[in-house]
Amino acid sequence: MNSLMSRRNLLKAGLAALAVPSLAACNNGAAARGPGEVIYWLWDSAQLPMYTECAKVFHEQNPQYTVTIEQYGWNDYWSKLVTGFISDTAPDVFTGHSSKYPLFADKGQVLPIDDYVAKDNVDLSIYQKGLADRWIGADGKRYGLPKDWDTEVYFYNSAFTEAAGISTDQLNSMTWNPQDGGTFEQIVRRLTVDAKGRRGDQPGFDKENVKVYGLGYADAGGGDGQTSWSWYAAINGWKYSQGEPWGTKFFYGDPKFTETIGWWRGLITKGLMPTYAQAKSGVDVTTSFGAGKYGMTPNGSWMLGTYGQLKQVKTKLARLPIGPIGKRMSMMNGLADTIWAGTKRRDASWAWVKFLGSQTAQDIVAEAGVVFPAVAASMPAAKAAFAKSGWDVTPFLEPVEAGDVFPYPANPNAADVTAVMTPAMESVMSFEAEPSSLAKANDDVNKILAVNT
Amino acid sequence: MTATTNAPPDTRRSHGDSGAPPGKRRSLGDLKVAMIFIAPATLGFVVFYIWPTLRGAYLSFTEYSLLSAPKFNGLANYDRMIHDSFFWNALGVTVEYVVINIGLQTVLAVGIAMLMYRLTKSITVRAIILAPYLVANVVVALVWYWMLDVQVGVVNTFLGWVGIDPIAFFGDSHWAIPTVAGINVWRHMGYTALLVFAGLQTIPSYVYEAAEVDGSTEWKTFWRITLPLLRPVLVMVLVVTMIGSFQIFDTVAVTTQGGPINATRVIYYYIYERAFTRFDFGYASAMALVLFAILAVVSLVQLRLLRARESDLA
Repeated sequence: MNSLMSRRNLLKAGLAALAVPSLAACNNGAAARGPGEVIYWLWDSAQLPMYTECAKVFHEQNPQYTVTIEQYGWNDYWSKLVTGFISDTAPDVFTGHSSKYPLFADKGQVLPIDDYVAKDNVDLSIYQKGLADRWIGADGKRYGLPKDWDTEVYFYNSAFTEAAGISTDQLNSMTWNPQDGGTFEQIVRRLTVDAKGRRGDQPGFDKENVKVYGLGYADAGGGDGQTSWSWYAAINGWKYSQGEPWGTKFFYGDPKFTETIGWWRGLITKGLMPTYAQAKSGVDVTTSFGAGKYGMTPNGSWMLGTYGQLKQVKTKLARLPIGPIGKRMSMMNGLADTIWAGTKRRDASWAWVKFLGSQTAQDIVAEAGVVFPAVAASMPAAKAAFAKSGWDVTPFLEPVEAGDVFPYPANPNAADVTAVMTPAMESVMSFEAEPSSLAKANDDVNKILAVNT
Repeated sequence: MTATTNAPPDTRRSHGDSGAPPGKRRSLGDLKVAMIFIAPATLGFVVFYIWPTLRGAYLSFTEYSLLSAPKFNGLANYDRMIHDSFFWNALGVTVEYVVINIGLQTVLAVGIAMLMYRLTKSITVRAIILAPYLVANVVVALVWYWMLDVQVGVVNTFLGWVGIDPIAFFGDSHWAIPTVAGINVWRHMGYTALLVFAGLQTIPSYVYEAAEVDGSTEWKTFWRITLPLLRPVLVMVLVVTMIGSFQIFDTVAVTTQGGPINATRVIYYYIYERAFTRFDFGYASAMALVLFAILAVVSLVQLRLLRARESDLA
């Protein structure tokens, strides 16, 4: 029996040995590729078709350059990218994210493009306000040209709101405060239905046996709360950190934040939101929404396609609420195309990045109706494309047009900050710790950031 | 492994006569050919096992963020580990997983093997029992993740029919590890049962006949004869499954990702997180090395305590 096991291990090792030559062969063929052949990576399969189209147009306009696109899912994408950095096989150009590029920039893995931008006189004013500057790192250098952007709204089940007698106007003029939750909480209460069909605002409502929760949530939000609590905290007058977006000192212990979280988890006690264990024991919040378990769920604009595929429910969009500061606020985040510092094809890479940042390319992206393009002039095409699939995306656009947006809290230690904030927020949401415990987590976060200074 | 031999054991063998290969010259002649056959495997073993192990050991004494060169920092990583509450939590969670996983799996596997041995020799039944093992880990985890969903999962629907409130299998910090362990028991018990089943077939029938003549009950026979004679096989199964069990990773990676709070951050997942999301390769290497040491000690102790090399048949 023992010899059998070792024989299997030997066989495994033998197979591994056979894999050596083939592994060596797939290192993106750095040497074998011509100087004009660019390799480009993205993670969203939904965007592959339009970028393939972009690559075609790019090649027609610049016959000396060709682009090969490779797509890997979000989880594989980042580890593959890092292995690529080390083994000198990273793609020439890749899609970057606010939570990831600061570290790469810090480690000298992405190429600053300031010289190229200056040389080619790239007009940065064509992008939505503030977007281009998100890609200026903590060191003041520019690391990418923006390609798209996203904000948050409530996706609601319109059959449920109609049954509850809640009008579209009511949904789009919600107010919120950290004490009683404003009209927003009233709507959530009305949308909640127990097993016997009684609503959250009706006598005898049984909060222990809820069939439909008024509000769904995916997780405790970690350190950014992008699709869970970020806008409540913002309209309560709270900021993530001193110096946005490059936080040097965070404020998770601030009473404005802890009272917001205190109110938010209070919805669990009131039976309007599932317990944290239930929320986390689901496949995902969108699937549960699709099965008619939630009245509304907050989410980002990149999820429009996913919600569109939910055939059992009719989904509509509602604005975020107005808070104590007297207005609505949404996080505005976005992606950019960045160049790997180790590329042997800098000029070709830059030409591709510049093309992707141009209106020509972003019109192609816009017409596909998957994401919102970074170029402002491409927006009408995107709006029309979304309207064609039945979405009125106005609630996403309003905060951007009004300038009532705040950036994703970026920093080169994002992974370490997440490692502190995710369990801390989870403990609060599962009532194992009080919101005041976040002050301790905040100290830990600041200790991590202090290493940089 | 599946051949059934009811012949009495070869007594010459069991008396420690290792049986030197006949004809020394011939074995030397085989050596050359053998070397050629072994060479590719050896190369792979050196390149993919020995070298990474040595390099990992070296990296454990460095500060290495992957994107810049490793910097020697002595025992700093090990010192850090002693004070890292996440590390101890990860070890604790892993041990909880191993105990539930191995305990349940071994009992069930022996049970299934006994049933197969006594009731059927059907190849079809064996194939069905092995089936879960043939499905990829990640697929198994994902399918169970859907089935155990608190709101839309089929398991909670069934529980509802018999009047049990929905259970947040993955979301409740008390349920998460038993759930993950249970899924892997389901996947592995058939395979383990087959190993035990093979072991059962090595027990000569005359001992059972003797037991019957002496008036032993089924229950007594199981405890006094079957289990003791099964020991060498069980030890092998335990050592192999326990090493595998300590390395639990994929089920966690596709379901809970260490949560809720820190309930399922098993040691492998913590090492992975430190290395690949936080680029703390030096520290991750140090933890990997400690895990290696723990596994080596656990395996040695098991082999020692359970006297794996001796058979009670002798």
